[in-house]
Amino acid sequence: MTGALFHRRSGDIYDSGDRSQSERAWDDLLDGGRRWRLWSKLGWHDIRKRYRRSVLGPFWLTLSMAVMVASLGLIYGTLFRLDLENYLPFLAIGLATWNFVASFLNEGCTSFIDLEPLIKNVRIPMSLHILRVLWRNLIIYAHNIVIFAVVAVIFGVWPGVTGVLLALAGLGLLLVNAGWIMLLCGMICTRFRDVPPIVASVIQLLFFVTPVMWKPELLGDRRYLMVLNPFYHLIEVIRAPLLGQTPGWENWAVGLLFAAAGWAFTFAVFARFRKRIAYWL
Amino acid sequence: MASIHLNDVSVDFVLYQGSARSLKKTLLRSSTSGVLKHDAHHRVTVKALSNFSLGLEHGDRVGLVGGNGAGKTTLLRVLAGVYEPTAGRIRVEGRVTPLFDLGLGLDMDASGYDNIRMRAAYFGIDADEVERKMDDIAAFTELGDYLNLPVRTYSAGMTLRLAFAAATSVDPEILLMDEWLAVSDKKFLEKAQRRAESFVNRSSIMVIASHVEDVLRRLCNKILWLERGTVLRFGPVDDVLDEYNARTGNDAPLR
Repeated sequence: MTGALFHRRSGDIYDSGDRSQSERAWDDLLDGGRRWRLWSKLGWHDIRKRYRRSVLGPFWLTLSMAVMVASLGLIYGTLFRLDLENYLPFLAIGLATWNFVASFLNEGCTSFIDLEPLIKNVRIPMSLHILRVLWRNLIIYAHNIVIFAVVAVIFGVWPGVTGVLLALAGLGLLLVNAGWIMLLCGMICTRFRDVPPIVASVIQLLFFVTPVMWKPELLGDRRYLMVLNPFYHLIEVIRAPLLGQTPGWENWAVGLLFAAAGWAFTFAVFARFRKRIAYWL
Repeated sequence: MASIHLNDVSVDFVLYQGSARSLKKTLLRSSTSGVLKHDAHHRVTVKALSNFSLGLEHGDRVGLVGGNGAGKTTLLRVLAGVYEPTAGRIRVEGRVTPLFDLGLGLDMDASGYDNIRMRAAYFGIDADEVERKMDDIAAFTELGDYLNLPVRTYSAGMTLRLAFAAATSVDPEILLMDEWLAVSDKKFLEKAQRRAESFVNRSSIMVIASHVEDVLRRLCNKILWLERGTVLRFGPVDDVLDEYNARTGNDAPLR
């Protein structure tokens, strides 16, 4: 039997000492991206697994989101004295986006822990596990966007092609940020097992201090309070263009800065601790 | 040509859980043979492999023996690239198929066919290759139309057949196995053994950890005897196994 029988690919050489830890961390990220077939397949698989025995599948989420938007819209619209035609589209896109943020934060924390059997059995880039979890949450997000589309049609909100393109660019910014947040949280939570509950309570706090249910204008003179909340900016770059407004330059600036600083820090941590992740499990 | 080179490899586990002091006491009293030490931060570490060097080439069929905690599983995971050594260097050329857990990635709610595809995807095998082999795998499981049903509906024996067929369907270049694939069903056993042996024979290098001497003698041409994370003996099967049996007082080997 000769080696020619096997398809030799470049990935078939594994050497722990041929490159620096930074280069290996970088390779991990690239390899993870390159194997998109696998993570997209696994992401879909997770969704199918979760909803296999239900008739509506992931549309259950759409349904519960619809109920939530309708009831919260009525109550808070009345409380804040806002027109429904104005408030409902705002709430629908805000809640859907927030749900996405909350779920990638939560599941980012447990992604390595949940995938322990896989990590301990096969050598797969660590970033691939993150991409898988991010992808399945993006699919759920897409199901929830449907509510916004329906509400937008009912109230005649049309963001225009530019608006949609701007919102997609905003989504790109959110995803880039999601990547480092999940990777960093995943590492920290694998090493320190008491962190996931802390993150869960932080998410709850964030929900109340981020303008999802209430409009930023309501803060009046104290709007500056939101400048420090990066999640406000990350939601705004998606929400504003879809509502026919232009996101402020500061939304993009903070989002980009957050991404750059976050990735720089996360990459340093990842380069240092990437190979310890399997040991921590 | 496939090859494996380990150069001065060490693997240290830091023990994080519980109070280090009491844990140390607990562990020192136990019968495991890992080496406990304190590192620079006064944490308790277990040296699972220490200054380990090894070279394997095409045709090597290595059986790992040694007591509990000698480092067999750690060594296999280092070879699989799961644990990157804390010191030293490992270089592996060739496609590695780690077969540590027969049920890896088995999804009880997915159909048998889907499970076979998933498993192949984990090992980086293209979808086309799996589809080409699907008939052969299906025939081997003898599960027929059951393959369209969720694995949840299978009996334990049927699940085992599926897992076994899926696991052995790949062309392994470097094959790593922890314990021999346990197969219960008598009729299936003979068939499984033949398949397992042809699976092993297709590989270029094989490393297997097993306590069953019969398996080691039949499949291996070298034995690596580990103790406290280092190589105690590495050589021909009969020599090392005889010495191992003499040392461990295992004079009535399992046949």
